[in-house]
Amino acid sequence: MAQAPVLPGGFELPLKQRLPRVGAIDQVGVEQRAAELAKRSIKKQAKVWALELALRCCDLTTLEGQDTPGKVAALCSKAIRPDPTDASVPSVAAICVYPNFVGVAKERLAGSGVKVASVATAFPSGQSALEVKLRDVETAVALGADEIDMVIDRGAFLSGRHAQVFDEIVKVKEACGDAHLKVILEVAELGTYDNVRRASLLAIAAGGDFIKTSTGKLPGAATLPVHLVMIEAIRDVYEETGKRIGMKPAGGIRTAKNAIQYLVQVHETLGPDWLTPDLYRLGASSLVNDLLMQMRKEKTGAYQSRDYFTND
Amino acid sequence: MSDVEKRSAPVPADWTYAPAPESRDVVTIRESYDLFIGGEWVAPRSGERFATTSPATEEHLAEVAQAGPEDVADAIAAARQAFGPWAALPGSERAKYLFRIARILQERAREFAVLESIDGGKPIKESRDVDIPLAAAHFFYYAGWADKLEYAFPNRTPRPLGVAGQIIPWNFPMLMLAWKIAPALATGNTVVLKPAETTPLTALLFCDVLRQAELPPGVVNIITGDGRTGAAIVDGDVDKIAFTGSTDVGKAIQRRLAGTGKRLTLELGGKAANIIFDDAALDQAVEGIVNGIYFNQGHVCCAGSRLFVQESIYEPTIEKLKKRMATLRVGDPLDKNTDVGAINSRMQLEKITELVQSGRDEGAEIYQPPCVLPEKGYWFAPTVFTNVAQSYRIAQEEIFGPVLSVLTFRTPEEAIEKANNTPYGLSAGVWTEKGSRILWMAERLRAGVVWANTYNRFDPASPFGGYKESGFGREGGLHGLQGYVDLSA
Repeated sequence: MAQAPVLPGGFELPLKQRLPRVGAIDQVGVEQRAAELAKRSIKKQAKVWALELALRCCDLTTLEGQDTPGKVAALCSKAIRPDPTDASVPSVAAICVYPNFVGVAKERLAGSGVKVASVATAFPSGQSALEVKLRDVETAVALGADEIDMVIDRGAFLSGRHAQVFDEIVKVKEACGDAHLKVILEVAELGTYDNVRRASLLAIAAGGDFIKTSTGKLPGAATLPVHLVMIEAIRDVYEETGKRIGMKPAGGIRTAKNAIQYLVQVHETLGPDWLTPDLYRLGASSLVNDLLMQMRKEKTGAYQSRDYFTND
Repeated sequence: MSDVEKRSAPVPADWTYAPAPESRDVVTIRESYDLFIGGEWVAPRSGERFATTSPATEEHLAEVAQAGPEDVADAIAAARQAFGPWAALPGSERAKYLFRIARILQERAREFAVLESIDGGKPIKESRDVDIPLAAAHFFYYAGWADKLEYAFPNRTPRPLGVAGQIIPWNFPMLMLAWKIAPALATGNTVVLKPAETTPLTALLFCDVLRQAELPPGVVNIITGDGRTGAAIVDGDVDKIAFTGSTDVGKAIQRRLAGTGKRLTLELGGKAANIIFDDAALDQAVEGIVNGIYFNQGHVCCAGSRLFVQESIYEPTIEKLKKRMATLRVGDPLDKNTDVGAINSRMQLEKITELVQSGRDEGAEIYQPPCVLPEKGYWFAPTVFTNVAQSYRIAQEEIFGPVLSVLTFRTPEEAIEKANNTPYGLSAGVWTEKGSRILWMAERLRAGVVWANTYNRFDPASPFGGYKESGFGREGGLHGLQGYVDLSA
């Protein structure tokens, strides 16, 4: 953990380890760069490799009011063996559920290596008292969650109370214990790329293991330029401190093609070290079936109908 | 079924992008090309021909004609003959032809893009996304002016000049063709155009478009050849010369034209300053630096070849730049993932190599990212020089290759002083989050184009041209019409 700076960012500090300066993001420039990278043409064995990686990085997610233990159990089976007809297809990284279902998920996934992630901290709005949010986290951890996906208090962030946001993340991190902490910025509510960068650095400084774009509950969730801004923050942190922070785009990634565009950004910005589920996740639900469909197409040369892939 | 069970190739250990070549099938290259004069293919009276090759593979592509003085005279005569009826057409009729050309270019964009990359060595992603779309956009733009010239020059009577001799370079063959031909035709002139000898093929394919558009014969004549052909055009019975190319040739043309009454516009070399202030959005600025100098292998007259970084952010900027350079993909121009293609010709490669050696000799520090260059063809790795002094040749002379010279400054005044301290003045870039500083800088930079927080962006509506040894006259926009009209009446 870097020490909190005693001078504003941008000044030379007598500290050994410090976080990168916040700086600015040029909207036109970052969108142009993201559009350029999205044009990479990934073919043949490179595509097969990317599809398998994308699948291994998936956080298979269900966060609905209508979730039931039955639904979550079905999702767990899908997570372990996404394609029951092909044993060579790997498991996904984790499933992501509400705290109520951590128990059933944990039981179903026992021994599989698939992690259980739980959203917490008054997901998705984050508009609740700190004690309630912390209880939320503690409950999920007590039930066995391996990972906690928290939301930041956007109200506090947007009104300039950055310290409050920072403190809250620090406390949530403490409450997590050994569980990994993913900090959801909910970029659609932050308004500018400058804010996305600020919030990314703030979340990392406060102890987040991962930063995550969105709750998936709003339109305009993960986008390629936002993703680029966030992974550039991660790269800058690594350059300054040597610490590797993970990244998780979530919401709106439905096609394999789109998923590969995200992976290309990671590959060309953070480098191959980040191309692992330990440091990269894709929060998604419908994406998995498209990945499976593309993988089978690469193997057999033909597309199969959607009816050959299970809806869970 | 055995073919269904066929397994895909073994998955590699790391993510190496598989080759993604654009298909060459859309392009048919003839064995030999004649001259396009008066709407017909005419064998050169000179009897001479020369070869054009692919700079990426050194493969022989085609023989093209070397237009001699008689051929040039024929072309000019054809243009002269076509001039009267063409100039007499209502502007709205001329516009129809230009719109037609623009649309055909869009329809055949892939063909032109692939051919441009084969003949010139530039990455397909650039010819596909920049050169050809912009060329079409230029024709659309000037088509719109053709029937509105009286509004372009209120209270004046704009009349065409006559026959325009146009000589274009090899770095953006189709785009430069469009910059030259579109405004000339919109204003009622006829044209004799000579593409560069290393990149004639897209201009020759363009003759096909002219026929498809049923442009009256002789309105556009395209003749190929080397500098001798260019000289014959300059000395020929033309009313105007429009030249884009090196400053030396531009000066020679201007000397030749002195006292002849022929009009002249010149778009020549550059040594542009790309200026990064310490409050700039750094990652985007680094992209701008890369785009400024490695776009089209640095074969760009307005390339941001002198980088000025404010000293307080010098180290992080250079560190980020070097890391970014390592991700540049150098290689097959037809691969859709290629960022940096081939150097256009052996001659250009030798010039770059010589100047880079001078940079080493003078004491600058060189960095080139690790990259494997193909064995055949003309290649040069993206290069950056640090510890460069203003007096070094690499800071003074136009290299016209993927070579960046980095200098530093401390205050805005110093940035202006250093940026303007060059015989050239084509373009400049300013990177800062401060709007007022952008305006302050733009007022003081002696350059025809100043980009703010971006670089190498072109639009047909925006005039382009230089100060000092970068030439005179403007191309693009309303200003681009001025070089092709007589307002004296």
